[in-house]
Amino acid sequence: MTQPTVHQVPVTAPPGAGARGPGASSPASPGPLRRALRSVTPGPSADAGGAALYRRWWLPWLWMTPAIVGATVFGVFPFLNTVVVSFTDAKPLGGAYDVVGLANYRRMLGDPDFWLATRNSLLYALIVVPLMVLLPLLLAILVEKNLPGIGFFRSAFYTPVLASSVVVGLSWQWLLSDQGLVNTWLLKAHIIREAIPFLSDSWLILLSAMGLTLWKGLGWYMIFYLAALGNVPRELHEAAAVDGAGAVRRFWNVTVPGVRQSMMLVGTLTGIGSLRVFTEIYMLGGSTGGPGGADRTLPFYIRDVGLDPLTGNAGYGAAVSVALFALTLGLTLLAQRLTKEDES
Amino acid sequence: MTTAVDKRRRPMPRWRDYGRPRELVLRYLLLLFALFITVGPLLWQLLSSLKGAGEDVFGSGASLFPHHPSLRAYREVFAQVPVWTYIRNSVIVALLSITSQLVFSTMAGYMLSKPGWKGRKLVWIVLLASMMFPFESIMVSLFLSIRDMGLVDNLAGVWLPGFVAAINVLIMRAAFLAVPREIEDAAMLDGAGEWKRFRHLYLPSAYGAILVVTINTFISAWDDFLWPLIVLRTEGHFTLTLGLARLQSSSFGYDQRMVMAGSVISVIPVLVLFVITQRWFYKGVSSGAVKL
Repeated sequence: MTQPTVHQVPVTAPPGAGARGPGASSPASPGPLRRALRSVTPGPSADAGGAALYRRWWLPWLWMTPAIVGATVFGVFPFLNTVVVSFTDAKPLGGAYDVVGLANYRRMLGDPDFWLATRNSLLYALIVVPLMVLLPLLLAILVEKNLPGIGFFRSAFYTPVLASSVVVGLSWQWLLSDQGLVNTWLLKAHIIREAIPFLSDSWLILLSAMGLTLWKGLGWYMIFYLAALGNVPRELHEAAAVDGAGAVRRFWNVTVPGVRQSMMLVGTLTGIGSLRVFTEIYMLGGSTGGPGGADRTLPFYIRDVGLDPLTGNAGYGAAVSVALFALTLGLTLLAQRLTKEDES
Repeated sequence: MTTAVDKRRRPMPRWRDYGRPRELVLRYLLLLFALFITVGPLLWQLLSSLKGAGEDVFGSGASLFPHHPSLRAYREVFAQVPVWTYIRNSVIVALLSITSQLVFSTMAGYMLSKPGWKGRKLVWIVLLASMMFPFESIMVSLFLSIRDMGLVDNLAGVWLPGFVAAINVLIMRAAFLAVPREIEDAAMLDGAGEWKRFRHLYLPSAYGAILVVTINTFISAWDDFLWPLIVLRTEGHFTLTLGLARLQSSSFGYDQRMVMAGSVISVIPVLVLFVITQRWFYKGVSSGAVKL
């Protein structure tokens, strides 16, 4: 934010550009420089802070308009509107509606399905976050060393990130079905006698969905960590090795402290991401979200109660949305606090 | 000449230069294991889609590799399902998104990187604020807006809420800030006006960020599921992900090989893009985009 303003610039102009002589560096002097500057500046500005540098003050705003519209109309306004709608009984397809005060929030607190969805979402975060912080780090360490063919492995590990959640969901659905590859192999190896009901038991659906989320995120955070690992000084590893530290000790005492900040960031991102899970549940648990909706997460529940064209109540959906936002905000603040404590 | 010198100084690496044999073998075994876990499911999907009509895909009789590889499933899926319509719809949304994101985030990112106009801080705050709300927590309200605009069951309704994203504005701004001031000063002394500098100095310098924004936008538009699921109603407007999910859950009992063929088709464009511009994908990861 402390860059020099345009009219201060010629002082630092490179020699080649200063061919017109030192006089040109003063904005008050006439000539081509003055003409060049005039296209963007009103001449020497009284405000050294750089305000009013553009002669046509609306020019920057013109360039910014689409982004401002996008951020307000499809970012800030929808949230404010969500809060407003949560006090009504608006229907997703329109029509008359009433202001119902806190009724939606009262209904929410007494709604066992809401609490179930909240539990599922929090459980998701609780299980996925630690694994997502750790497993991609191990994978990154595995592909860090420049071995022959390592580029191939890195790209291959990244492929699940490229496929859409629907495609990987389909793939897992087939793998985990009663007739699927996993059950077939386990049966053939006589490890199990009956097929494991991955896709019909509500707990197994939830766990399978978590596995899917983890599996799809591995490559992404591997690349994320790879950049961080490059910043851990090699000398530390070598010194530790000389001191006789094994691979495991070096991991905990050299690598982990070295990428600590990245781990905190991955934890924060995956925590927020866990609260957003929808497609994994939809693909593995079906459009009902598991048997009797037992595996629905908060976004899933919002769509069910708020956006169903026939039975939906956008007002109630909005109230659950506010709860989801509050949860996300709480998690973010918690992560921020942990990060700060960690740094000090 | 220099290459000859370099060659003499750095001989071709031999296996033992990479570490002790035992450690090396262990590393490759682990790599192969990870490969099996990460690529296995997708590869199995590809192999099964190539199986002939008489071969089992599931159950104890199913083999891993197709005995009679054929493209029958691909022909069938195109014949029985409006895949071309799905593809066309996905392409429309992706192209609209890429175009609007690129143009608008470049414009906004450029202005935000420039000092000297009033209100920058306010705009900055609005942009950051818009990133605070997870999509899922505002989708009810977004749907009401789309409904009021009459865009339900319309591809424009799928595209519109994401026509420009604050994160991409931030990426572009960072790229423009990285352009050395000396170069701009030189261009200014040569009499280049602001538009000229933007067009011939800033844009070419930011091509990396432009690629990152393009890739991120393409992937998120192509792979998106929840929002199209909310907005679109009739099959003729379905995107590819929506069509695939519908295919799998439909009661018609489509041949699983066909669904697998459909998913392979949907992955191919992203895979091709990845192979061509791989390192920019990786750049996109570190540029702060959020993903799970």
